[in-house]
Amino acid sequence: MSETITEPLLQQEPEAGATRRMTLNMGPQHPSTHGVLRVVLELDGEFIEKARPEIGYLHTGIEKQCEALNWQQVITLTDRVDYLANLSNNLCYSLAVEKLLGLEVPPKAQFLRVLLAELTRINSHLVWLGTHALDLGAMTMFFLTFREREDLLRIFEMFSGQRLMTSYIRPGGLALDPPRGWEKPVRAFLEDFPSKIDEYESLLNANPIWLQRTQGIGVLPVEEMLEIGITGPLIRAAGIPLDARKMTPYSSYEKFDFNVPTETGNDVFARYAVRMAEMRESLKIVKQALEGMPEGPTRAEAHRVVLPEREKMKTQMEALIYHFKIVTEGIAVPEGEVFQVVESPRGELGYYVVSDGSGKPLRVHMRTPSFGNLQGLPNLVEKRQISDSIAIMGSLDFVLGDCDR
Amino acid sequence: MLPEQLQENELAAALAAVYPAAIAGAVVAHGELTLHIEPDDILAVLEFFKRQQQFERLSTVTAVDRYPLEPRFEIVYHLQSVERNLRVRLKASVAGEIASATAVYAAANWYEREVFDLFGVVFSGHPNPKRIMMPDDWEGHPLRRDFPTHGFKYSYGEQP
Repeated sequence: MSETITEPLLQQEPEAGATRRMTLNMGPQHPSTHGVLRVVLELDGEFIEKARPEIGYLHTGIEKQCEALNWQQVITLTDRVDYLANLSNNLCYSLAVEKLLGLEVPPKAQFLRVLLAELTRINSHLVWLGTHALDLGAMTMFFLTFREREDLLRIFEMFSGQRLMTSYIRPGGLALDPPRGWEKPVRAFLEDFPSKIDEYESLLNANPIWLQRTQGIGVLPVEEMLEIGITGPLIRAAGIPLDARKMTPYSSYEKFDFNVPTETGNDVFARYAVRMAEMRESLKIVKQALEGMPEGPTRAEAHRVVLPEREKMKTQMEALIYHFKIVTEGIAVPEGEVFQVVESPRGELGYYVVSDGSGKPLRVHMRTPSFGNLQGLPNLVEKRQISDSIAIMGSLDFVLGDCDR
Repeated sequence: MLPEQLQENELAAALAAVYPAAIAGAVVAHGELTLHIEPDDILAVLEFFKRQQQFERLSTVTAVDRYPLEPRFEIVYHLQSVERNLRVRLKASVAGEIASATAVYAAANWYEREVFDLFGVVFSGHPNPKRIMMPDDWEGHPLRRDFPTHGFKYSYGEQP
C-alpha cells in the first residue's frame, strides 16, 4: 500500500514512545472475503486489536420484494438468497408455506427433496473446500473440487433445467417430474465421489503448511459461540450436535440413518474435518434416498396450490380455471405465521413467514446462517494475526448474498 | 393472562407463574408456541428464558409492520434451547421504541440494527445503533409497509 493511502488511515500522531495503531480496510474487494465484505481492522503490528465487519454491499431488498410477489413467485427470490445452497432455500420456504396450508407432500417428492438437499450440501462444501484451500495457498484443491462440482451442477441442470437458480422445490412438491433415467448420473456420482474425498484428504491431511495454518487457529469458547449466534459446522466442530435434521426432522429426514459429525478441536482444522465428514454422511443419505425411493406422484393433489399439468389444461375446463386463478391471484394461504428451520450447508436457515390470508406474503424474514456466523467474526479474529484471519474467514464459509439478502 | 387451553403448556405456565402480568396473550399454532409479551417486560422475560429455562440461543430478532394498525410494529424474537430441543417465539407490539436485548443475548446486536435500519424501530440502550444494510445517508426505512417497492424518489427511465 502506498504512503498516500495509509496516511489518512492513521488515527492520530502518536506520542513519543507510544505504540501506533494502524487502521486497515480489508475488502470490499479483497479476494479472501468471497464477495463484497469489508472488514475494518485496527492493527497493532501484525496483530488485530479490533475488527469491524461492514456488510450490506449485496443488500438487494429480497425481503421487501417478497411482499410484492405472489406466494409461488417468491421461490425465484429464495434461489438468490444463498446462491450456493439454492435448493436448501427453496426447501425451507416451501416447507413454511406448506405448514401454513396444512399440505402433505407425496413421499416421492419428500425423498427427492432430501436427495437434492444433500447434493446441495456436497456442492456447497466443495466450493468452500476449494476456495478455503486456495486462500491458504493450495491451488490444486480448487481445480479438483470444481471438477466434481461440475458433475453436481449437471445433475441439477438435468432435474430443473438450471445449474444455479434451480427453483425446483415448490410449495406442494416439485416443479417437474424428474426426467427419465435420472438415477444414472446420481449413481455414477455416488460411486465416483468417495474416492475423490480420499484424494482431497490425501492432499491436505498430511500437508504441513495446511496443518500449521489451520490447527489451533480460531478457537472460541463454545458458550460464546452460542451466545453470538454461530451455527452449523462451526458449532459442531466445538462438540455440540446442533443440527435441525436430527433435532426437528423435516421432509422425512427421520426415515434416514445418518450421523451428525462433531469434533472437539474447535479450530479451523476441526471445521474442515466436520465438513469432510458431512460430505460422507450426505453421500450415505443420497444412497438411502436412491434405494428407498417411493413410487408415486411428485406433486400434492391440491388444485388450489399446485399448477395443473399442461396436458390437463388443454382438455379440462377446471384445470384451466385453477391455473388462471393461481397465476393471477396467487395461492390463498390461511392467516398465520410459522418459523421453519432447515439445516443449510452453512448452519441454521430459518424462514419466518407471516400470512394475512391474501395471495401475497405479509412478511418473509430469512434467518440466514451467514448473517449469524459473520456476527461472530470479531470474536474469532481479535488478538490474532492478519494471516490467521484469512484462515478463520475461510472456515466461517459465509456467502454474502446469504448475509445481506 | 394465559388463555385457558395453554395452562397445560409447560413453558407458558412457567412464565405465567413468575411474570403473570407480562403475558398479553399466548397461542400454539402449527406446533409453535407464541407468547405475546408486554413491551416493558421484554427484557425480564428474555432473561427468564435464558437463565431459568436454558434457552441458550437467540435465533433471530425481526419485526412485522402491521400498518395501518396501532401500535404498528411487532418485534419478534425466536429463542432456541439446544439442551431441551425447544423453540419459542416472543412478540411485543410497539409504536417505535423498545429496550435492546443485547444485554441479555449478544446475538441481538446485528439483528436489532437490521430492524432499526429497515423498520425504523429504535432499540434503547443498543451499543451501536447504526444502519447495517442501507447506506448511512439513506432516507426512510424500506421494509415499512408504506415505503413503496418501486418508484422511490424516481422511476425507471428517469435519471436520478
